[in-house]
Amino acid sequence: MNGDSPATAGRSSAFIVSARKRKLQKITRMAGESTLFLIAAVVAIIVLFIFYFVARDAVPFFQIRGFSEFFTKTDWYPADDPPRFGALAIIYGSLMVTAGSALIAVPMGVSAAICLSDVIPFSVRQYVKPIIEMLAAIPSVAFGFFALVILAPLLQNFGGPILMWTWWLIASPFLLLAVIVVSELLSTSIQDDSRRRVVQRILVAVFGLLSLLFLFFVGKHLQEIQILTGTNALNVSIILSFMALPTIVSVSEDALQAVGRDLREGSYALGATRAETIVKIILPAASSGILAAVILGIMRSLGETMVVWMASGNSSHVPEPWYNYLESVRTLTATIAGDMGEADQVTGSARFHVLFAMGLLLLVISFISNFISERIVVRQRKVLSGQ
Amino acid sequence: MKLFKKMLYSAAVFGLVASADASAAGNKIVIDGSTTVGPIAKAFAAHFTKSTGVQVTVSESGSGNGAKSLINKSCDIADMSRPMKDNELEAAKSRGVNPVENVVALDGLAIIVHPSNRVNGLSKAQIRGIYMGRFTNWSQVGGPNAPIVIIQRESNSGTQDSFKELVMGKDNPISKRAETQASNGAIKTRVASTPNAVGFVGLGFIDNSVKALLVEGVEPDARTVKNGTYPLHRALFMYTNGQPAGVVKQFIDLPKSVEGKHMISEIGFVNYY
Repeated sequence: MNGDSPATAGRSSAFIVSARKRKLQKITRMAGESTLFLIAAVVAIIVLFIFYFVARDAVPFFQIRGFSEFFTKTDWYPADDPPRFGALAIIYGSLMVTAGSALIAVPMGVSAAICLSDVIPFSVRQYVKPIIEMLAAIPSVAFGFFALVILAPLLQNFGGPILMWTWWLIASPFLLLAVIVVSELLSTSIQDDSRRRVVQRILVAVFGLLSLLFLFFVGKHLQEIQILTGTNALNVSIILSFMALPTIVSVSEDALQAVGRDLREGSYALGATRAETIVKIILPAASSGILAAVILGIMRSLGETMVVWMASGNSSHVPEPWYNYLESVRTLTATIAGDMGEADQVTGSARFHVLFAMGLLLLVISFISNFISERIVVRQRKVLSGQ
Repeated sequence: MKLFKKMLYSAAVFGLVASADASAAGNKIVIDGSTTVGPIAKAFAAHFTKSTGVQVTVSESGSGNGAKSLINKSCDIADMSRPMKDNELEAAKSRGVNPVENVVALDGLAIIVHPSNRVNGLSKAQIRGIYMGRFTNWSQVGGPNAPIVIIQRESNSGTQDSFKELVMGKDNPISKRAETQASNGAIKTRVASTPNAVGFVGLGFIDNSVKALLVEGVEPDARTVKNGTYPLHRALFMYTNGQPAGVVKQFIDLPKSVEGKHMISEIGFVNYY
């Protein structure tokens, strides 16, 4: 630091570096840097290798059977003679459970992250966040076992009441909020204060009654549903959403924290309430991080194998109607896991290669969504920095 | 479960590679294959190790995988619940392996339903109709008015192959709506917990949690399987590379011994000898 000062030269001789030492330092630095670079490169190369080897074994399938059957037919009979490899229902099954789990995990995860970062006190958060992250440490086979042995019979025996209570629990707070907001909005045009309050009360009463009826009748309808098989898309979606939750909560909470005190305090200083600050300032500022969290969570659901293999029922058909989550489905990952045993080069090559085609499809899907999320993050950053 | 089997399987393979000399010296037997034959092989293995001191490793990865292991010479005995297919025999020949069929026991394929189901028996045609998806409601086969949940095994299962051969026939694919489970035990668990389900398992897996149906009016049990009146019966095999010799022959001959016969009927299968 002050090696150039003659007065302190004696004391800080450690900082005066001889030519030999400088050379040694340079060499060690280069060695260190190149080691790190090599490790980083190996990771990138591994990804490329996986792509290459999966593609190498996937291409022969398309050469033998072409594209149209795989992507447009729903007949999956790989062991029959002649075999049929229509994977549309299986692809659909994968997308269906992924979408289902995202529908549950994203609102829950993002809300939990907001709660952790901006609502509950720091001392509580310190304990709650590790507990949520512990969900990620549960092995997926344990989740699968739970889904198969506990959740599936529960859904079969008490499916209707479970659906009804879930509907009531989820819908009632939202409807309550909606009733209040709508009556407020409809009565803003009335100038007179006392008259407005009366109108508001009447509106709340009317809408409240209507929404109560709505809640009740939909619940009644749901209660009558008899779930035929507990190993279905709903079961898997619920379990997958639990598995995606820790990722979504943890990463989006980090993103919300990264927004920083200055924006929050600026917003409060301008007179914004906490709700306004969260919705209008923090969420937009953290949106790219939250999006990354969501995509990570969705990828977790799409790639999960053990749970879907155990709990989805594995029946390769498109549910009727298409949005029926109460029917069994089969996913790409479960098919690869389940059929790998029989399908080697010895017993028929198309059957072996079709599994790689599915693997390639999964890789391509995750590659594309990663790419899209990357683009959105970059664009968001540009918008936020005012370009 | 599946993963566990795979791990066992690969452990067995590695174990064999690591101890190739030991195996040649004849103090170790590696067995792989059918989950149906698995319980017999395990009981035999325990007995065999106790009486002769020879280590026996048993993996259950399905009949198809058993055949594969034998062809790749990574096991001494392949448990199979179906005969080897022509393409497997060809593959074996091309690798210099000569699979020899040894019958261990007989097994009946039981059609099981939930104990609360009113249906007591079905004809083969009715079972075929259910699995093809032609009958979708229990009322069509004399049961309550409830939809049928069909459960099958995955495609590398010998039980699945036997079922297709014994019941479905070549040109009748199983309905796309059929759920798939990975083992006899998993099918039993699902049927036991699902009131409208129907599934098929080996005779040895029947217990009080499920109800086995009469097929063509014949009850599935040891007697009807042995005398051939129960329509859905099959032989269970242990394949060896060439005629069995040494400790492997001793092991293969266990079903002919008194203890072997006792173990087989204890587990719920039917003696062949």
